[in-house]
Amino acid sequence: MAKAIPSFFIIWGKISIVKKSILILSAFLGSFTLSCAQENTPKIETPENPNYDYVTVVDGIDIPWGMAFISPEDFLVTEKSGTLYRVRNGQKTAVSGLPEAYVRGQGGLLDVALHPDFANNNKIYFTISMTLEGDEGGNTALYIATLQELSLSDVALLYKAEPNTKKGQHWGSRIVFDDNNHLYFSVGDRGNRDVNPQDLTRDGGKIYRLNLDGSIPDDNPFVALDGAKTAVYSYGHRNPQGIAIHPQTGAIWETEHGPKGGDEINIVRAGKNYGWPKITYGINYSGTTITDDKALPGMEQPFYYWIPSIGPSGTAFSSSDIYDGWKGNLFVGSLAFEYLERLVIENDQVVKREKILPGIGRLRNVKEGPDGYLYVGVEGKGILKIIPKK
Amino acid sequence: MRIFLLVYGLLFSSMTLYFIQQKTLQQSLEDGEAIYQDFCVQCHMSEGQGVPNAFPPLAKSDFLKNNLEQSLKGVKYGMRGPIKVNGKSYDGVMVAQGLDDEEVADVMNYVLSNWGNKLEAQITTAQIAKLSK
Repeated sequence: MAKAIPSFFIIWGKISIVKKSILILSAFLGSFTLSCAQENTPKIETPENPNYDYVTVVDGIDIPWGMAFISPEDFLVTEKSGTLYRVRNGQKTAVSGLPEAYVRGQGGLLDVALHPDFANNNKIYFTISMTLEGDEGGNTALYIATLQELSLSDVALLYKAEPNTKKGQHWGSRIVFDDNNHLYFSVGDRGNRDVNPQDLTRDGGKIYRLNLDGSIPDDNPFVALDGAKTAVYSYGHRNPQGIAIHPQTGAIWETEHGPKGGDEINIVRAGKNYGWPKITYGINYSGTTITDDKALPGMEQPFYYWIPSIGPSGTAFSSSDIYDGWKGNLFVGSLAFEYLERLVIENDQVVKREKILPGIGRLRNVKEGPDGYLYVGVEGKGILKIIPKK
Repeated sequence: MRIFLLVYGLLFSSMTLYFIQQKTLQQSLEDGEAIYQDFCVQCHMSEGQGVPNAFPPLAKSDFLKNNLEQSLKGVKYGMRGPIKVNGKSYDGVMVAQGLDDEEVADVMNYVLSNWGNKLEAQITTAQIAKLSK
């Protein structure tokens, strides 16, 4: 090796400038091609001796989409095909009074969340694919209702994305709350990427912000914009299926499905454009290009992106001391590779990625329960609780 | 009156023909490809290659060849449980995608006409309509 380096310089000194430029160019192109095809860093690790295990809390749910905890032993689960379950001590019972979902493609009954004052008013919110206008197709709707034991009453529509479409893709959706009585929910681009996400007068490809009664806050970013959908908080999203509030900063962290490659984590801020489909780190499923741009002025860069796509479903922070070294980490479900991804974040950088529950199945959702444990929804299985190994 | 009846008769029979005539295979394949790109490609991938250990391939699939009716029912109503495809075992859930009978026929015509599969006879809407769970 010691000899090889000087001899390289001797040979390098003897070849012509034209050949040099060809060599430099091909070396540059070669490394560029490699960097494009490579998995995004940091490389994911799989612990050899995992320090956790899991137990099944409730089983027999095909697609456990959303989860909302009343207590660790009493929680709600949505099944995408249109059933809301109340699970008490491991027994699931269907809740009545739900509107009939328009179940098509990725649509159906989606997320569920408790009103911040649920303990006093028994109100819940849910997002669901609906046809309400009497035409064909559907779009994502947000409802509020009162939950009494096993039935819903006072079911009221708060928002309905328009127009309806028979497309099967990209309905979103997650529901979260900030500390100032605002509700945020997401709607994907509804399979119309060139029209919806960049147009503020249209629904789809957006994160929305509402008051708890469904009215539109006066300080929403686009209230003064002519013709805009004033419920919009941020735009240029593809299909946001994970949203979590950071336990320390209160910031809104969002994960969204990219195309082939280019799944993203974004920190969502008022009025910002997250770029889809003008910028993306992904390509079409067929391998063709969507855009050559990965960055453009006025558009936000993702906090992190995945190549290849993991299929990010739900997302949650761990804020408890239950798991050794997991406090403050972000957890994201992987539908495509069937595990829970643990992301360690330091100084605004993802510094470590790890597979939790590798091979568990299509992981649809993750939530931190009121007891500080992490609960995951796995397709064909149900809800699992992750427990540290003693 | 005679002319009216003639015109009416012609119109009536051409409309009847229009409605009962089977969709052409070419049209069905075109519509089926659009359905595939919308509802199937995320799991079964663009060349029907599937995802190892997770989603069975549709390309050169012995399962499709030997279990056509079960496959059609699977697309219409969803399917679950262990199956073997091209020598490999899968045990997952495919939920119903909410496709109507015509869309099921179209997408299966497309799948069976591509990637080394063989469409023995065009799948028709009527055929799908007759399938029970």
